[in-house]
Amino acid sequence: MRGFRLHFSMLLRLSWRNLWRNHRRTLIMLGAISVGVWAMIFMTALMRGMVDDMLNQGIRNLPGHIQIQNPAFLDDPSVVNSIAEPAGELLIALNQPGVKRWATRIKVPAVIASERESRGINLLGIEAEAEPDITGLPAQISEGRFLESNQDQGVIIGAKLAQRLETRLGKRVVVMSQDPDNNISERGFRIVGIYRAEMPGLEEHNVYAARDTLQQLLRIEDRVSQIVIVDEDYRDIETLYRRIERVTPKTLEIKPWYEIDGYLAAMFNMMDGFVLVWVIIIFLALSFGLVNTLVMAVFERVREIGLIQALGMRPILIVYQILLESLLLLLIGLVIGNGLAIITVKPLESGLDISIVAEGMAMMGASSMLYPNLTLYDMLLANSVVIILGILTSILPAWRAAQLDPVRALNST
Amino acid sequence: MSAIHCHLLCKTFRQGDEIITGLDHVDITIEEGEFVCLSGPSGSGKTTLLNAIGGLDTPDSGEIRMGEIRIDQLDRGSLADMRLHHIGFVFQAYNLIPVLTAQENVEFVMQVQGIPTAERTRKARDILREVGLEGMEARRPAQLSGGQQQRVAVARAIVSHPDLVLADEPTANLDSVASTHLMGLFSELNENHKITFVIATHDKRVMSYARRLIKMQDGKIIGDAAQ
Repeated sequence: MRGFRLHFSMLLRLSWRNLWRNHRRTLIMLGAISVGVWAMIFMTALMRGMVDDMLNQGIRNLPGHIQIQNPAFLDDPSVVNSIAEPAGELLIALNQPGVKRWATRIKVPAVIASERESRGINLLGIEAEAEPDITGLPAQISEGRFLESNQDQGVIIGAKLAQRLETRLGKRVVVMSQDPDNNISERGFRIVGIYRAEMPGLEEHNVYAARDTLQQLLRIEDRVSQIVIVDEDYRDIETLYRRIERVTPKTLEIKPWYEIDGYLAAMFNMMDGFVLVWVIIIFLALSFGLVNTLVMAVFERVREIGLIQALGMRPILIVYQILLESLLLLLIGLVIGNGLAIITVKPLESGLDISIVAEGMAMMGASSMLYPNLTLYDMLLANSVVIILGILTSILPAWRAAQLDPVRALNST
Repeated sequence: MSAIHCHLLCKTFRQGDEIITGLDHVDITIEEGEFVCLSGPSGSGKTTLLNAIGGLDTPDSGEIRMGEIRIDQLDRGSLADMRLHHIGFVFQAYNLIPVLTAQENVEFVMQVQGIPTAERTRKARDILREVGLEGMEARRPAQLSGGQQQRVAVARAIVSHPDLVLADEPTANLDSVASTHLMGLFSELNENHKITFVIATHDKRVMSYARRLIKMQDGKIIGDAAQ
């Protein structure tokens, strides 16, 4: 490397000028690298946006980034596995900065009946004020209104469930469940709101009522099924999780989102791997062009390489010169490719309407709007892969150039 | 660095099934400051001997010494260093790096040697003036005539004052005026800078400048005389 540093300006000048000896070939290769880099970053941003959306959707449906509940609740989400509302150290910790929002919820299996049909549902008792940050339900109301308080007497059902029950906004339905003594608890609710979920499947199963109203219906006083906690970013909940875990009573179970839903966790963990594989696949396609360009560049300059060897340039400097030529080509391609990616992704960050394939996306747990997510990490990954693998694939033509026999090279036609 | 000693130098080439003798037990000594012409018909071994002395090609057997250094035993890197610091080359054609200007071509060797920018710029300008190319420093090889290109190559070969200049048919692509000018330049450099010149040629005009003429045929030295 000493030789490289000492002769850098000379090598740079030679490499730069050699790069532009065959304008057309260099421009074609630059176009290929730029488009390749653009495709790497653009498609990664789309994939990242889609997976982020799927994860956010999934986490909203859990809901929350962290849940505290009775240890038996996840296996048997019945009213008997309820817990007391948070108190003492846990309550203090929940109200400290760092917690974006927390809320208590009731979740029990129930049956809903209209005058024509009945269905099995998840009956959810929610805190009206906290819900926008927990599930985003208020934004999904398509008819009627959201719950006004924790004592609201109305019920909110999904559009698909309304269709199945052959009922509509303003009509009354009967909700039945069991109290802790296994007695049937039932009461009539007026449908005050109908929601449309990003994932249409949820509309059929989740029915929302005010928490206090359900506590009365289920005769559980001030007990709840879960405490759900939302942090700022689902990717970075460890600190908050550890803090809350320390003050959670040992009789309760605390779980982060990635332990509650293994599928979401696997998706999250696989995403980086997907991105790397995608970037490498595109690079492999590019590498053929790159190696071809360098091999041709060496082939055309055999006599010149013989000449500089005869003049006393060490073989390693010839390797550096060819590698520098490759590096310059890659760097220019990267600058253009990154620029193209930023120019094309940024305007789409406000949302790309993919409602034409909404049902397919819904099956995968994603919404009909795609929000491309251009991250610095992904850009650095794509750039690093291109530079590192680009240099590695250039070593062979560079090495071959350095190994040319000077006499044969000088006499070549 | 001083005299060149070649002792029982042999080199053969394979051309298809045929073995061609390039050098056949060549024994010569060239003293420091000599102006030597290697003459002989094509295939007589002139270029092979130049390449062997310059470390561009390795002999099959025999010894080549430059001063105390056994050239035939050096590795590629050491040979490159030896050429860089002690030998200047002038070839028949394709002498210059096409992407560099005349000045940059002359500076090239000095740059590889690690000479500071200001010094090498000054030296390159001076030597280009000396070979009659003042004002043409910024021209690329394609913008120079054959004679001018050859003079740039000579300027590059001598700019860092090598001990030895090896020239292979340096006038082959030049007209008579350019040839005369170039050989005059070689003579002057030999006399003024005591640079050893070994020139392979079959041009009688070139031979007339030499003070020692070595005749070769079929890889052997068949005549060696001062003139």
